Amino acid sequence: MALEVLKPGLQTTVQDEGRVGTYAAGLPPSGALDKHAYRIGNLLVGNPAGAAGLEMTYLGAELRFTEPAVFAVTGAEMAPKLAGEPIETWRSYAAQADDVLSFGYLSEGARAYLSVAGGIDVPEYESSRSTYTLVGLGGFEGRALAAGDTLPVGNSAQGTPDRAVPEKLRPTYARDPEARVVVGLASYRLEPESLQALFDTTWTVTPDANRVGYRYRGAELHFIDREPPPGAGSDPSNVVDFGYPIGSIQVPGGIEPICLLADAVTGGGYATVATVISVDLDVLGQSKSNDPTRFTEVTLDKALDARHRRRAELDQIADAIHAR
Amino acid sequence: MSDVPVSDADGTGGRPGQVDGANVGASTRYTHGGDEWILVELSEAMSLQVNMRAQAICRALEARRVAGVLDVCCGNASYLIRVDPDTIDPRAAVEILRELEQEVGDAHAFHLQTRVVEVPILWEDEWTHATLMRFRDRHQTPDKTDIEFAAELNGFASKDQFKEAVCATPFLAAMTGFVPCLVWWYQLTTPDKLLQVPKYVRPRTDTPERAFSWGGAFAAIYPVRGAGGYQLLGMCATPQVDPSRRLPDFHDADWFFRVGDLAAFTPVDRREYDRIRDEVEAERFRYRQVDVEFVPAEFEADPDAVNAALMRSLNGA
Repeated sequence: MALEVLKPGLQTTVQDEGRVGTYAAGLPPSGALDKHAYRIGNLLVGNPAGAAGLEMTYLGAELRFTEPAVFAVTGAEMAPKLAGEPIETWRSYAAQADDVLSFGYLSEGARAYLSVAGGIDVPEYESSRSTYTLVGLGGFEGRALAAGDTLPVGNSAQGTPDRAVPEKLRPTYARDPEARVVVGLASYRLEPESLQALFDTTWTVTPDANRVGYRYRGAELHFIDREPPPGAGSDPSNVVDFGYPIGSIQVPGGIEPICLLADAVTGGGYATVATVISVDLDVLGQSKSNDPTRFTEVTLDKALDARHRRRAELDQIADAIHAR
Repeated sequence: MSDVPVSDADGTGGRPGQVDGANVGASTRYTHGGDEWILVELSEAMSLQVNMRAQAICRALEARRVAGVLDVCCGNASYLIRVDPDTIDPRAAVEILRELEQEVGDAHAFHLQTRVVEVPILWEDEWTHATLMRFRDRHQTPDKTDIEFAAELNGFASKDQFKEAVCATPFLAAMTGFVPCLVWWYQLTTPDKLLQVPKYVRPRTDTPERAFSWGGAFAAIYPVRGAGGYQLLGMCATPQVDPSRRLPDFHDADWFFRVGDLAAFTPVDRREYDRIRDEVEAERFRYRQVDVEFVPAEFEADPDAVNAALMRSLNGA
């Protein structure tokens, strides 16, 4: 079984849960930017957790199934069609051999996920099938898909069509997303008013928004003046080079904050001041250029609570899917 | 979808200094990066001692094999870990890290089991020269080359003296990251002899693969071609990364160097450079390396003797 790429979409990559244990070497986790939507996709088609799928950004791909297969589209609303007939997002379908899956216009969110029973079976690189776009490693030849590519699909799962996520459990994506952050890292370098401005400002996603990170425009932030300590750069926004968490927000030169995502550079010399909590990385992954975005401060307790509630929600979705 | 929205590491200015032994740990900051990450900033300033503390803590943490600790990333004066909060409460993880900091103390008892690796450098090669000439408008001194600028800024009468100073002692891999296979190399020397060179005024949009460079207090070799702001001094003959994993030193991973490695940057002429490149092309190349123990306390007591011993180990004397 395979998927033939007729049209690649804007940026379609193979992604899974991402890799662990390689961050110290400078290799970020990569993986689906919206983990919740990606995980629901695997549940719908009966895949084991961690099976690889496709992440389609802004514009969907056109794909041909070489053999019968069960699949589901989750995440952003891109008006999917199977053999020319509109189909629903958040529901599994059976495709026949030679059926073409295509997409229309994006109406909500930014990234749609295609899960196919059996999973996309590209070779693993450092224990993951995720594509690391910045350097070009993992996934399908380390790159976004191109017309003419043929993607192998595994045979580990058969899948059942017509399984669906109940309406009330389907995620929706706001046009003005809000991401919760935990303040910390080198936040002591910011003027207190500027830290407040991070939360008072409605930021706009710039065109510099990809899997490495999103850059925002909205206000200038100020760092506390100091004599640079040995090894730190001369700009007030510099620190001695350190590790950057996924989701961390840095403000080079005090202008245009950058939030790092799954294909992040793993370290550098800019002060990071806060970190988007793991469940809200999904929210950012569904935001796009020009979207107004707010950051709100939460405690670690709230961050952990949100994480546990998201896990419980996924269990609830799994139960609902399997009860049918 | 556009280019990488992130500039690379900066590291300019400042004077080398040492942490006062009595105050070790007093300035440590433990903070949570969301629910999955913990950053431990041991000091705001870079020094050999603080980096040894970071390496000692990271090694001790790895040795403990704590369930739920996914990534341990040594920084220059800090370290970063990623945890799975479903397995370990991040606050419980911080308690373990605090214990380890106590155990390690000022790292006086730390013995770094490592290796010295010979890294051949062709100074002032034609390729980095062509690149730096293309970007003179982004440089502090458009009428000088990068190495002339670096030598003069550090008080050397000639480029040769600067080169000799770089090759005189081994360097420590203080941190890896940014992209795969990039190492922040920190020279094993006394604070008064630490070379510092600011980055370009505006970053270049191009740098050749394997360019040997300097930014702030660190030397770095660009693993792959790309944008960058470090001063271009020469060309490293040997690969930093091998995605095909065909070279013997890269059979197990795309990268070879890791935190804690010691490098001896060794000057080679063009003939030797070409010979090494042929070896690499033929997939026969292996790094010359020897296992050593580096004891920070011994280095502090007599840096010249320790450096001389490390160089002798590498050269088989």
